[in-house]
Amino acid sequence: MIEARSLSKRFRDKKRGQICAVENVSFTCEPGSIYGLLGANGAGKTTTLRMLATILEPTDGTALVFGHDIVTHPEKVRSSVGFLSTATALYPRLTAQEMVEYFGRLNGLDEATLKKRIDDIFDRLDMNFFRDRRCDKLSTGMKQKTSIARTLVHDPPVMIFDEPTLGLDIMAARTIVAFIRECRQAGKTVILSTHVMSEVDKLCDVIGIIHNGSLLAEGTPRQLREKYEEKDLEEIFVKIVTAHVTAHVAPHTAAHVTAEVS
Amino acid sequence: MSARNIGIVYRKELLEAVRDRRTLISTILVPILLFPILTVGIGFVIAGLIIQADREPARIMILGGNDSPDIVSELVKSKNLIVVSKPANYVELISNKKIRAAVEIPPGLESGAGTNYPPVKIYMYSGDLKSTTAAKRIQEFFSDYRDSLARDRLTAQKLPASLLKPFDIKQQNVVSEEKVAGETVGGIISYLVIIMCLTGAMYPAMDLTAGEKERATMETILSSPISRTHLVFGKFLVVLTASLVTAALSVTSMGVSSWVFQHFQQQSSGPALHIKIGLGAVLSVFLMALPLAVMFSAGLFTIALFAKSYKEAQSYISPLMIVVVVPAIAAMLPGVELTPQLSLVPILNVSLLCKDLITGTYHWNAIALIFLSTCVYGGAAIFIAVRMFHRESVLFRS
Repeated sequence: MIEARSLSKRFRDKKRGQICAVENVSFTCEPGSIYGLLGANGAGKTTTLRMLATILEPTDGTALVFGHDIVTHPEKVRSSVGFLSTATALYPRLTAQEMVEYFGRLNGLDEATLKKRIDDIFDRLDMNFFRDRRCDKLSTGMKQKTSIARTLVHDPPVMIFDEPTLGLDIMAARTIVAFIRECRQAGKTVILSTHVMSEVDKLCDVIGIIHNGSLLAEGTPRQLREKYEEKDLEEIFVKIVTAHVTAHVAPHTAAHVTAEVS
Repeated sequence: MSARNIGIVYRKELLEAVRDRRTLISTILVPILLFPILTVGIGFVIAGLIIQADREPARIMILGGNDSPDIVSELVKSKNLIVVSKPANYVELISNKKIRAAVEIPPGLESGAGTNYPPVKIYMYSGDLKSTTAAKRIQEFFSDYRDSLARDRLTAQKLPASLLKPFDIKQQNVVSEEKVAGETVGGIISYLVIIMCLTGAMYPAMDLTAGEKERATMETILSSPISRTHLVFGKFLVVLTASLVTAALSVTSMGVSSWVFQHFQQQSSGPALHIKIGLGAVLSVFLMALPLAVMFSAGLFTIALFAKSYKEAQSYISPLMIVVVVPAIAAMLPGVELTPQLSLVPILNVSLLCKDLITGTYHWNAIALIFLSTCVYGGAAIFIAVRMFHRESVLFRS
């Protein structure tokens, strides 16, 4: 389970001064379900997920990930999490097997358990034919599978995906989508950030709409459709964001944002 | 502190470093090849040029000497000198290397009419090896002539020839070969160890920090449960290993190259320069260089960590070379010796001390002070590296 409690993150920029990337965000993700964090570029999705994965430290607030506090016990949190994003690349000079072994060892697995886990995962993901190939020689699909194996090697109860299909071709994206579903079936807590509406529709049990660092709306797809009287998730998203922008900034900016998100 | 976690990171980073062609070139290939090329290659070329200049007859010109026919005749007959008879502008000829030197014989030199002769002038091209050799030959000729003239005059006055040279002066070395070697090449070895400690650490430091950011693997490793302190130590130890391996290979390669060079020199042209350096002295230099290598590795690691890309890291680190080279060279300057104040100046202190260590001189107080102060600097550099690795503004600088 993930329980975000008033998470905030502010950065200091030399030119722009203090930037509030995430402001007072709270939500809960249950085991066996997928929580989709939906937002435009720069909305605060990546910062939120990085805080949950303890790569960034929150300025205010905290979160419990599998019962561990992200501020006080970040190493325990990372042991419970598998984190996958387009920014989590592979070490080019390691083979696929060495890459997964490295992360297994860092997660405290002993050699016997590690070998068994790797054999299982490599069989399941059909990775045996390239296990000794260096990561810089792998195709995009093979790299994705290796990344998945890397996140799965310690069998984490929580999975965090930050725009996992960004820049991937259809086949590689399908592998990822299938993997996310498997995680849900395995009873893991899954949180996913994306701005691809079709992905949200296909995968997410609960959706949180984030804009300018604030969580504007939350609910199951059905709840959101009923509340905003729209079938199309994209329309719902635009409606929520536009209403927020209209309420908080000048009208000409609102029109601009509407155009941008649609 | 988990040695297991540090070990896991160390092994992985070392494996990647060994598989990286650029690291292998900078850490292993360059130090192995650099010194054979510098000492054996360039040494043989220089030795060859000197031998050739020594064997080749030098073309010279005689200015004046019309009233000294015997001297001129002896000069013409002189081995290794070819006298150009045609008078011309000697300055131009020397400048264009058509002739190597010219000698101006003052009037009445041979007749020996007076006692205050104007000097015999030798005109040459300073810095040109063949011209210097020719001038040396002419100088030797006239020195011999002067001695023989003096001897003849003494004999004519029925005075003993020993009057000219009432006693001999002889220099004798009283220190060991190690001390001689230390004075001769001690500074160079210290300089070499220090510079190689730095250059060996450069590439891995950039690769393990800025390189990791560039390849987008920083976020991957930060999402693993390992603490950032352990991660820094694992990476830092790889940089330190590269630094020490490069320095060790450089000194070994230099030792082997020098031995080969001396061996061939002995075989080809008789007596050669004997450079004898004890293994103990070399090991003590390494021991003193260890905290310095720690300081370099941690310092380079921290600086490279600020960079977003490998290229940016290079632009930060390249000027650092000057900061290190200046004190390392300063220690080689004559007259610069270890003082209590200089014992606290990083790099310069180790460089000066290493020079002493190679001569076999052990000033224990200075050794303790320098070792401890460099350890403190090294420790401070590691501390800063760990602190920087915990700063989001450094790791995720955009």
